[in-house]
Amino acid sequence: MLQLVVCIKQVPMVTELPWDEKSGTLRRDLAPGMMNPACKHALEAALQIKEKYSAHITVITMGPPAAKEVLYEALAMGADSTILICDKIFAGSDTYATSWILAQAIKKQCANVDLILCGAFTSDSETAQVGPQLAERMNVPAVAYVEKIEVNGKTLRVRRIVDNFRETLEMECPALVTISMENYLPRYAGLGGLQRAFGEHQIDILDAAALGVGVGDVKQEGSRTKVRRVFLRKTDKENVFLTGVAVNVVSEFLNKYERKISTVIGKSIEGKNRTNEE
Amino acid sequence: MKNKQKSIWVFGDYRNYYQNRVTLQLISKAMDLAKSINAEVCALIFGYEIEEWIMEYTAHGADRILAIDDPALKSYSTERYLAIMEALVKERDPEIILIGATDFGREFAPRLAKRLKTGLSADCVGLEIDATGLLVQIAPSFGGNMLAEIVTEYHRPQMATVRPGTFKEIPHDNRRKAQVERLSLMKGLPQPRVRLIEYERCAEKEHSIENAQVIVCGGRGMGNKNNFVKLHELARLLGGGVGATRPVVYAGWADHNSLVGQAGKHIKPKILFSFGISGAIQHTAGLGEADFIVAINKNPQATMMKMADVAMVADAGDVLHSLIKELKRRIRE
Repeated sequence: MLQLVVCIKQVPMVTELPWDEKSGTLRRDLAPGMMNPACKHALEAALQIKEKYSAHITVITMGPPAAKEVLYEALAMGADSTILICDKIFAGSDTYATSWILAQAIKKQCANVDLILCGAFTSDSETAQVGPQLAERMNVPAVAYVEKIEVNGKTLRVRRIVDNFRETLEMECPALVTISMENYLPRYAGLGGLQRAFGEHQIDILDAAALGVGVGDVKQEGSRTKVRRVFLRKTDKENVFLTGVAVNVVSEFLNKYERKISTVIGKSIEGKNRTNEE
Repeated sequence: MKNKQKSIWVFGDYRNYYQNRVTLQLISKAMDLAKSINAEVCALIFGYEIEEWIMEYTAHGADRILAIDDPALKSYSTERYLAIMEALVKERDPEIILIGATDFGREFAPRLAKRLKTGLSADCVGLEIDATGLLVQIAPSFGGNMLAEIVTEYHRPQMATVRPGTFKEIPHDNRRKAQVERLSLMKGLPQPRVRLIEYERCAEKEHSIENAQVIVCGGRGMGNKNNFVKLHELARLLGGGVGATRPVVYAGWADHNSLVGQAGKHIKPKILFSFGISGAIQHTAGLGEADFIVAINKNPQATMMKMADVAMVADAGDVLHSLIKELKRRIRE
């Protein structure tokens, strides 16, 4: 039976959050959370492997106690066991630190893992870095942006499209993949599944002590980057309204923006009645 | 070591040179940054038969080039490049490493940063040197609705991947000179554990809308599937892709692949057409980096209309029809 580990993240269900100058972090507590969409695709990939080849799926997340919610959702979708890594000393970790903490948990709780699956990126910080860095931490072969996985014994054959190349790659377990959102459309947890998950499952919580990690280790392997501030992208849009019959609105629009559109699409849509074109 | 010349390294990502000139853009930006910290700009090229790139990066402003030309490097390999870079960085100790935020760069850079035990920011849309000489890396988050200023204070090199198209390359100039160091491939590099079984180049449009320059999005306001499908015709005329809102995907008018927003893609087109979309947060969360938004909706009060650069108050289906007709005429001329 294959041992699969899926790393997921709870992300805020908003497009912006206030920045707390004092703590130097975003006020994530102010927004409702959800399972990061790409992580959900990664879990779906694991579930499909389980259905086809038989596997045990452990889902791991790091976050505040509220992150339990996404683990219950994972259980409802079909995961077998879950781990919440939760400790104040892990707060504000960058990808360098996060990948290290996840690796500690996997080595401790899932030492015989065959395949680690991560979402290719998160919808909040969007770095796409935790998966590749976790592969380095675990010292396993890895492929990012995977769209399809086939398992043959302990050999994995994966497909992906990167930088306009369609690639087929192979590697041996244990290995890591990050899953893109092109494929593996996630299934629904369903209310019944959620109720069962809440009723039947106990979520294991690991703090730093349980991971065997001390303050000194956290310093040693802790964040390399510092976020100085986070701010809203400023938008100074003109917000021009065009009204009238569709045909007229369209020609008004094209006349006004024909040059802009031509530049972007790389072919001219500029009207003939203009002066001397080259 | 006394007065060692500081160096800013730019990774030569030449694989899609004709579509993506991010390496040239980074050399240009590095020249700019180098002035503030009195550094040289060094481009790295690993591959087979790479003279073309040596000449190109020289003509575009690199002061130094580290080149490894070897048949073993004929195709891109994350693991081989990692081993080479790790060895070179440890030997030469650059101050900054900039890598294009291509798919390759975004898989390669984090693994390199881990090996070098240093910080890395992702997909930056701005870089500057602050008063203390630190590289300030401006990275998007929350679908580009927010920007973060990130620094790596205590570890070197400072590393960033940078979004293609963020900076302007400087013009090609054959008279420029660079110090070209041709190195041989290190001995005893580990054998890659990932085997490339087959690969082929595919057309850009086959793949996702995440990198499309023009995107035509449709919502429930399109009325029915037949109307929605016509968005593809407009997208074809504009050389772009089609995006959709959640209700439309559920209704079966569009594939899940084209879902834009919180549960789907974050897009960053130069022009976004938004047909019959009210602008629920589940959708707008994916639009933070759309440059120029054209919204079409009968309801001028819709959120999408307020977010737009141009808002056409009209029936989405009618505007789509006229726009296709008018564009066809103009393109024919």
